[in-house]
Amino acid sequence: MTPLLSMREIDKRFAGVPALVSASLEVGRGEVHALIGQNGAGKSTMIKILTGYYTKDAGEILFDGRPVEFSSPQDAQRSGISTIYQEINLVPYRSVTENICLGRERRRFGLLDWRAMHAEAEALLARFDIHIDVRRPLMAYPTAVQQMVAIARAIGFEARLVIMDEPTSSLDEKEVEVLFDVIRQLKQVGVSVIFVSHKLDELYAVCDRITIMRDGRTVRVAEMSELSKLDLITAMLGRELDRVLHDAAAHRAAAASQDALLKVAHLAVGRKVRDVSFDIRPGEIVGLAGLLGSGRTESARVVFGADRAEAGTVDFGSVHEPAAEPAEAIRAGMGFLSEDRKLEGIIPDMSVRENLILALMPQLARRGIVDDARSREIVDRFIQRLGIRCSGPEQPIRELSGGNQQKVLLARWLCMNPRLLILDEPTRGIDVGAKAEILNLVRELAGQGLGVLMISSELEEVVEAASRIFVLRDGRSVAELTGDQVSEQAVMAAMAHGHDQPEEMAHG
Amino acid sequence: MADTATTLPPARSQPRLDPRGVLTRYGAWVALALLILFNLAFTPNFATWQTLNVNLTQVCSIVIVGVGMTLVIATGGIDLSVGSLMAIAGALAPLIFLGNLFPLPHPYVGIALAFVVPVLVAGAFGWFNGWLITRLRIQPIIATLVLFIAGRGIAQVMTNGNLQVFKVPEFQYIGLGRLFGLPFQAVLMVVIVLAAAWMLKRTVFGRQILAVGGNERAARLSGIPVVSVKRRVYMISGLLSGIAGLIVIARNSAADANLVGLGMELDAIAAVAVGGTLLTGGRATVIGTLVGALIIQLVRYTLLANGVPDAAALIAKAAIIVLAVWVQRQGRS
Repeated sequence: MTPLLSMREIDKRFAGVPALVSASLEVGRGEVHALIGQNGAGKSTMIKILTGYYTKDAGEILFDGRPVEFSSPQDAQRSGISTIYQEINLVPYRSVTENICLGRERRRFGLLDWRAMHAEAEALLARFDIHIDVRRPLMAYPTAVQQMVAIARAIGFEARLVIMDEPTSSLDEKEVEVLFDVIRQLKQVGVSVIFVSHKLDELYAVCDRITIMRDGRTVRVAEMSELSKLDLITAMLGRELDRVLHDAAAHRAAAASQDALLKVAHLAVGRKVRDVSFDIRPGEIVGLAGLLGSGRTESARVVFGADRAEAGTVDFGSVHEPAAEPAEAIRAGMGFLSEDRKLEGIIPDMSVRENLILALMPQLARRGIVDDARSREIVDRFIQRLGIRCSGPEQPIRELSGGNQQKVLLARWLCMNPRLLILDEPTRGIDVGAKAEILNLVRELAGQGLGVLMISSELEEVVEAASRIFVLRDGRSVAELTGDQVSEQAVMAAMAHGHDQPEEMAHG
Repeated sequence: MADTATTLPPARSQPRLDPRGVLTRYGAWVALALLILFNLAFTPNFATWQTLNVNLTQVCSIVIVGVGMTLVIATGGIDLSVGSLMAIAGALAPLIFLGNLFPLPHPYVGIALAFVVPVLVAGAFGWFNGWLITRLRIQPIIATLVLFIAGRGIAQVMTNGNLQVFKVPEFQYIGLGRLFGLPFQAVLMVVIVLAAAWMLKRTVFGRQILAVGGNERAARLSGIPVVSVKRRVYMISGLLSGIAGLIVIARNSAADANLVGLGMELDAIAAVAVGGTLLTGGRATVIGTLVGALIIQLVRYTLLANGVPDAAALIAKAAIIVLAVWVQRQGRS
């Protein structure tokens, strides 16, 4: 039997820079196929060419044995290829039903047949074990539910091939399980799935075969069960993982005996942050751990002045109260990498250069006039130092891959020479290679005296990087783990049960 | 456009020319060139000083207001109050130099004050727009609608609804005078356009305007004083509206609070849109606005000079706007 999808020798260039070089991808019927590679390896480009978002420069695409070239994602969808993107492409203000039936409304005597549409939406969601009031607006539900609605909507189109681009990034464990059940169900009825994810465990849990891409080429196609994790990572990075698992002990010891750089006490804001205290010494990486909704991000935002505190103190250098505006915190020597790169990080229409110097610009100026020569010097230096992959400093940042955008945003702060850097989910949506690069860089900077507050949902990452971890639960700091206490088990125990002496740390 | 103040400086590394890209980037210039060529060929007496002067004087006030509008739109906002602020400035100036507001020690003092005070007052109202938007967090279209409605009322109350007629050559120099054989207002317009284009491209303030329009939340988290940037931009729009108001009354030798700047907000927005500024903010070109205004004006002139009635010219104007925005959209995808 012919494969359902066969993409052969696909070439694509953007402004002369090759993004795909004779890349290929083959997906069998009823197969769950993993597509993996670092950011910039060409995964997204491949998928966008398949769905008609981009046009290919060369190569051929066979779908169900017939050559195809879709003119738009809608066109692809009509032929049975549905895509679920990382971002939720739905209308938050409208009801769940309207979102699910968008573009294929049921009509009766020329009017919308609401009863039929509600019933259809409910039936569809029931397949996913979601039982919610479909008449309420979508935004009334948590992000994870919204994501499931997006998935349901895509599959509702009687798709024959479903493309899932990091579908689990905003789901919790139970929802991931539900999603996997759905995938297995899809498989049984002969629907194929292309599964893009950076989480290796997920790939092994659900995928049959895997295509690994690197630098725009397909470097390896294998049965999932016959490929070891080490082989997979090696193929993806093209080199041995020498320094990825770096020993953090050195700097854990280093920062021991200094005075606090930042001291936060009894912070409170809204319902999410009730009583949060922690401190950071120069040269120290401090982790802020906690489940989603425990107040990690909210606390960090208050420290940076992005949100207003209702109570509590923030001591940072000569400042003794929470900053009223980010500009104030920046002047005092802080930097803040937001968890949402697209919404709060990049300025998409601007170049790599302008994004990089955004915060530094006033200092680069003489009498209000930007010094372009100096800015270029600085930008070139950081592009080189952080290994940012771009065609040049003037390339629009929106054309860069997620990992490279993140490096630009990191450089935005590093060029300011901050004393404290707050990293909120610094490796979200980034491949293993870039992740390791960024974490190594952060360690190196901490070694030079930078204080770092790190927030991450990946416990492994926090435990590996941080010398101390503060655990939050329901908006309160419940534990401080130091030295030997720092382990995934300890953090999880604290997340679940709190610490036996929460009073002590409120003053520490 | 070589001097376009988009966020992207002219590409250095890519000599390749993509026809669609050329159309979107230079479309406005091409259209302007075609219009001029058409007129040179078909419109009698087109290549004369007189024609140039007529067209320049028609377009000056739109361009000056359009420059402010470009900056406002670059931040992702809009200013509907410009026409009303012109009326306020236009009503205030004669009150001052005719001595109706307060006794004047010397006529020249009155004339000097008549230039300065109305413009500053319009600027203050513009700042008020910015305050409504940043402090009370009202959407720009609603916030500036306040003065769009109230502003003309204020101008009428100041003058009791009377038409103020005057003949004061020293004051009217701004609308009727000549510098190097060109209308003074055209020289003023060019100076304002160049200054604003340079400001948008080269200064921290200019780049911050575009950063705020491109992604306001990211701009704030990068320490850009978003509130102050917005207030200053609306204030500039007010100041420029004030100047345009003075030009219009000087040209007419009369100030009618009912008519000065009527419909100006839409003309200015149209010029901005045709010029290639992104209406959602983040990308703007002041020179484009100048070209946009010239195109709209020239189409109208072409039609009138060739015997097409003004009403039909309005339809042509609308068609150009649709075409311009459509061409821009091609470039975005």
